[in-house]
Amino acid sequence: MSQLFFEQLLNGLQLGMFLFLVSAGLTLVFGFMNIINLAHGSLFMIGAYAVAVLTDLTGSFFLGLLLSFPVVAAFALVIELLIIRPLYHRDHLDQVLATFGLILFFNEAVSIVFGRTPLFLNVPEALSGAVQITETFTYPLYRITIIAVGLMVAAVLWFIIVKTRTGMRIRAGTTNPEMIRALGVNIQALNTTIFVVGALFAGLAGGLSAPLTSVEVGMGENLLILSFVCIVIGGIGSIRGALLGALTVGLVDTLGRAFLPDILEQFLDPATANGVGAALSSMSVYLLMIIVLVFKPTGLFPVIKAV
Amino acid sequence: MRLKTLLAATALCALATAGTAQDALKIGMITTLSGPAGYLGTDVRDGFLLAIEEEGGTLGGVPVEVIVEDDGLKPENGRAIAERFLERDEVEIMTGVIFSNIAPVVAPLTLRAGRFYISPNSGPSQFAGKACHENYFVASWQNDTLHESAGIAASNLGYNNAYILAPNYQAGKDALAGFKRFFTGEIVEETYTQLGQTDYAAEIAKIRAAKPEMVFQFLPGGMGINFMKQYDQAGLRDEIPLVLAAPSADINILRAVGASMLGVQNTSHWNHDLDNAANIAFVASFEATYDRSPTVYASQGYDTARLIASALRATGGKVTADMDGFRAALQAADFEAVRGPFKFNTNNHPIQNWYGREVVEIDGEFRNKTTGIIAENHSDAYASECPM
Repeated sequence: MSQLFFEQLLNGLQLGMFLFLVSAGLTLVFGFMNIINLAHGSLFMIGAYAVAVLTDLTGSFFLGLLLSFPVVAAFALVIELLIIRPLYHRDHLDQVLATFGLILFFNEAVSIVFGRTPLFLNVPEALSGAVQITETFTYPLYRITIIAVGLMVAAVLWFIIVKTRTGMRIRAGTTNPEMIRALGVNIQALNTTIFVVGALFAGLAGGLSAPLTSVEVGMGENLLILSFVCIVIGGIGSIRGALLGALTVGLVDTLGRAFLPDILEQFLDPATANGVGAALSSMSVYLLMIIVLVFKPTGLFPVIKAV
Repeated sequence: MRLKTLLAATALCALATAGTAQDALKIGMITTLSGPAGYLGTDVRDGFLLAIEEEGGTLGGVPVEVIVEDDGLKPENGRAIAERFLERDEVEIMTGVIFSNIAPVVAPLTLRAGRFYISPNSGPSQFAGKACHENYFVASWQNDTLHESAGIAASNLGYNNAYILAPNYQAGKDALAGFKRFFTGEIVEETYTQLGQTDYAAEIAKIRAAKPEMVFQFLPGGMGINFMKQYDQAGLRDEIPLVLAAPSADINILRAVGASMLGVQNTSHWNHDLDNAANIAFVASFEATYDRSPTVYASQGYDTARLIASALRATGGKVTADMDGFRAALQAADFEAVRGPFKFNTNNHPIQNWYGREVVEIDGEFRNKTTGIIAENHSDAYASECPM
């Protein structure tokens, strides 16, 4: 039982890291640029397709993943220049409509180019085994790799934001965009950089998910909704909030799915417990969001805005 | 404010395509073309249109116009499209619905408007039993029978217990009920997952801990691909074998999952290698037209169109103008189905054979190979509850 619990903890952690990679970009773009980017899920999908295609071409997953970065960056750059830039000072609704249009555009474009059949990609040989954690317990190496990559990204981001000059500007821009502009910082260039970096995280998440899940049209949308939940729980614009939000959501979702039906079985008959458990566990993340919003409407780690 | 926009944004989701002409008999097709399950609707549509194309734009000699729209797997879209089809376009036949959460919205609207509903895929239990209707036909299967055949196959293979899982929606519940109906062994545990779930690590960990003799899962489309890949990566494929129903082992899934599914036993009412003239012609024609192999959904779309063709031929193109005649002609099912023997039960659901299949590797491609008949002239469990 304790082993199962530990395994589920790891599963939750892995899902959380995954969500973090997507939420990090979303929260940066939202917090700093004040842009709601629904097309973030499309960048996730582009990352996954790029890795699948490039892996097929080069024969190596790692090379494919590496080469996918410039592809995703190029897409992000074009999106930022053509679509996002004119929308900076527009209403959120305009941004939502424009980026929602992008979702439709990319979904349709991908299904025209690649068809409806999901692409196939296997876990690379080097990461395909399982790690022996205790004598009786193994865990897939690939999932451990995802946790490691997530932690690495978190560390790098923390370093950039807390320790570098660019990071200082990002923090300043999130709290008081007017002031930083008045101080002569090239906000346009910073905006573009942040958008591309956020896109790269989404692309990386997509690329990493390609061997685990099916590479198909619209694969980013479910994750996008969960990521919004993560950043709302964590506090919009805060990387620390995104990380904690993502981990919370990952753990609550996984542990809920794993144990809620069993826990309910203590009080209810098995059939009802199963039904209620399944319904509750799929709601658990959203219930959590509601609870957080009731008590801390700005999220757990809000960025304090200048008035 | 931000939050409100966010929530509104998250709730936003719809897209559509349309085109119209005059005079031909109108058939409305509400199907799922976008999202992870988009290939199901695409194949139903392509199979359906193939039958029309082979007849030079007609079905049974009657010119037809098919209006196709995407429901995006959302019941509210299904409702909006159905209302438009029925009121503005005045379609006489409604078809195309893939998912069992859309059918209960579209079917009653269609039936109340006095039109025919002919399902190429979804066959939810309620409409097979007490809520059956004389103008409601299912040309594919009643949901449960897909999984009943898997239950029979699992029992035949000698498994004494099984861990079963499905998404938490009507077809998922029908699936597990269907499997249990004919499985003679014991159920270790049943788990309901979320619709559209991508990560199955939690469920796989539970399966590992429960140590069942076999696993039965009904996770159609992308969900199944995700599950199978992760199941194999967790090293369970060799330890705990799977027995699946047709939707969890179609050719798209085999292609996306690859070697992870080699040797998996599954059941279906159709396979590309079924040896009958109609099927051989269909597979060749589909591959020549679309440059890809047909899935089971394509075969269903094709059979649905040919069923409609047979009825139109009998009534000379009259549908709502001769309700009784068209209905009787549909019930007669006077056509060569690509799946082999086919007839309608009293509840307008099929009586048909179910075949066992095994995933094999042929020339580097993973395909299903028919291993034999699992259940002959199998009918669904609800027919007796239908008052017709």
